[in-house]
Amino acid sequence: METTNNMLASQRPKYLNLFRIRQPVPAVVSILHRISGAALFIFAWALLWLLQLTLESADGYAQAAAVAGHWLVKLFLIGMLWAFLHHFFAGLRFLLLDVHIGIDLPAARKTSWAVLALSLGLTLVLGVWLW
Amino acid sequence: MVKRIVVGARYGLKEWLIQRVTALVMAVYTLLFAGMLVLCTPTGFESWRALFEPQWMRLATLVFLLSLFWHAWIGMRDILMDYVKPTLLRLALQVVTVLLLVAYAGWAIQILWSF
Repeated sequence: METTNNMLASQRPKYLNLFRIRQPVPAVVSILHRISGAALFIFAWALLWLLQLTLESADGYAQAAAVAGHWLVKLFLIGMLWAFLHHFFAGLRFLLLDVHIGIDLPAARKTSWAVLALSLGLTLVLGVWLW
Repeated sequence: MVKRIVVGARYGLKEWLIQRVTALVMAVYTLLFAGMLVLCTPTGFESWRALFEPQWMRLATLVFLLSLFWHAWIGMRDILMDYVKPTLLRLALQVVTVLLLVAYAGWAIQILWSF
């Protein structure tokens, strides 16, 4: 008994390596919420700059359209679109959790999948349409 | 008896609430803006700018952006508190974040009222 306990104890991880743990879906939604939020903050200047260009003059609008026409910028903007959509839907889910809607495990898993599907699906549809 | 380290009276409750309230404001604006894009899809510069021309739309967009910056402050503050352990570095990054967001707020006003 004593040896079994010792063996079990020695096989336990010494620390939590996040990359070696299979994350449940709600955890994936949660960390993506954080990552998408950070990404939106880091690139906010670029989006504000584009908004300014498109509003200030017809020349600026054309300039912004030219910049956004580059495939790399397009890819970036679609990435930002995903970040926004994911943050939006995951945020609504968290607000519902705050008022105790969908907190039992099966429901929490279902709404997590729904968040992933909605944000990726909408990004795909809008991305194809905008390309 | 719980031993507490005194760090302030509310333990972040105010920030927690502001994060939720600003989130709701942004969600409402997002739905409004998405609805406007669907109803009168802009086809070029004139129709795009026309969306932002009415005074109520400029004000609504400003309220959205200010909510966003305030929300971003709380989110970034949480992220920095979680991952940046050296106190001075964390303080420096938090100060930079605040200054950046205050500058963005000024910029947002300029963008919305300079046309």
